Amino acid sequence: MGTVPHKGSAPDKGGLAGQSAQRGFVYLPLIAGWLVPGAGHFLLRKWGRGALLSVSIIAMFGLGLAMQGKLYTGAQDILAMLGLAGDLGNGLMFIIGRMLGLGANPVIVTTADYGTKFIVVAGLLNVIAAVDAHNLRTGRKL
Amino acid sequence: MFTPSHFAAVLLFALFTSTVFGITQREDPRRMVRYGIYCFVLFVGSAILLSWVMYLIAR
Repeated sequence: MGTVPHKGSAPDKGGLAGQSAQRGFVYLPLIAGWLVPGAGHFLLRKWGRGALLSVSIIAMFGLGLAMQGKLYTGAQDILAMLGLAGDLGNGLMFIIGRMLGLGANPVIVTTADYGTKFIVVAGLLNVIAAVDAHNLRTGRKL
Repeated sequence: MFTPSHFAAVLLFALFTSTVFGITQREDPRRMVRYGIYCFVLFVGSAILLSWVMYLIAR
């Protein structure tokens, strides 16, 4: 899946095989970028872009938690379902946060509400960044 | 606990979001920076404008 098929004459075969090995799994930057912000760009050796994306998304998630924002745990209603979908975009940060029991407090103060939105938007931005890494990988974007 | 003012939260939100938008929505670095700044100004500008609108409605 995701590799160049081996077709053509014998002299071309080596080149295509090499190209195939170089290309590898097409969805790796997408999955890596989702799990760890910026990792998809790092895999593609886009160090500067990856670092900026990583810092922005991790900082946004971290500030959201520091503001006592909530991590959505279930889909009790449509808004909670949408919030959970956004939170899941954070990949490993969301899973580790849940395992550590972070973001479990009820939202009481105003800044906690801002924090909840920061966490959801960090997840959505991470999905955009992961899709960007996939587009770079497939050559759709330079 | 981190408790920024509403405007500080807007600035932080706009900064991080504009950075990601700039990198992901444009191809060459110069256009990335320009688009990032454009998004940042729109985020902060629209927040200030809407704040004034709400202030005038509430009076």
